[in-house]
Amino acid sequence: MTSIGLGHYLVVSAALFCIGLFGVVTRRSLLVIYMSLELMLNAANLALVAMSRFNGNLDGQIMVFFTITVAAAEVSVGLAMIVALCRKRRSAHVEDLTTLKL
Amino acid sequence: MIQDVLFYLFAFMTLLSAVLVVANPVSRNPVTSAMFLVLTILFMAGLFVQLHAFFLAAVQILVYAGAVIVLFLFVIMLLDLKEEQSRRIGKLGSVLGLVSVGVVFVLFNRALSGLPAKVPGATGQPSLEGLTAPLGHALFKQYLLPFEILSVLLLVAMVGVILLSKKDLR
Repeated sequence: MTSIGLGHYLVVSAALFCIGLFGVVTRRSLLVIYMSLELMLNAANLALVAMSRFNGNLDGQIMVFFTITVAAAEVSVGLAMIVALCRKRRSAHVEDLTTLKL
Repeated sequence: MIQDVLFYLFAFMTLLSAVLVVANPVSRNPVTSAMFLVLTILFMAGLFVQLHAFFLAAVQILVYAGAVIVLFLFVIMLLDLKEEQSRRIGKLGSVLGLVSVGVVFVLFNRALSGLPAKVPGATGQPSLEGLTAPLGHALFKQYLLPFEILSVLLLVAMVGVILLSKKDLR
């Protein structure tokens, strides 16, 4: 049998989440920030599937199914907002979006 | 063993392409990031197959690598984004980002180091086969109401997107 356990998958998931977080914090283009958000969601999905597999419970996979659907809806709405923003401001750069700044 | 080798291969390639999405040393083009996001998702589907979640691997490829990435590419080409290439990332910003990521990683590390004693089945052999039929049974019996609510959510998202992308947004 294989020696890969739950911990291996969780380490990969944590590393992926941290990579996504780093992208969200450092990158300045709205689209790349969105892609990093997708990475973080994927990391959570991986952790859920691994938990589901190693605990013998199917609920985690159902949860991932729902997460993927919600993520697809979220991406479509978010990208529509970015397009609307770009039409108004001519920029998809977070440093140019300072309307809420005092 | 072949399974171990496959796991390490998929995990390494997933993380490598995720790094290339976020911090590509060669190109700062969003299209490159999107392409490496496709690679990340494909290798992650490989990990799902390793976890015997075959249906979710298929859904992952269909929804993410199919729909979401095409949406991303459409928007990138619609907006014609080139500015981030010229602006550089501030030194303070990347240092702060590294610090915050380090803090989160330490938190994860502490959580994971206490894992095998607490979680049942963490050390034992896996027992679940995530085949499509039991997943469908659970989805349409036990989780029927969330499933239907999800369809309403998709409808809401569709209406919202159409409203948002109207030309004269007020």
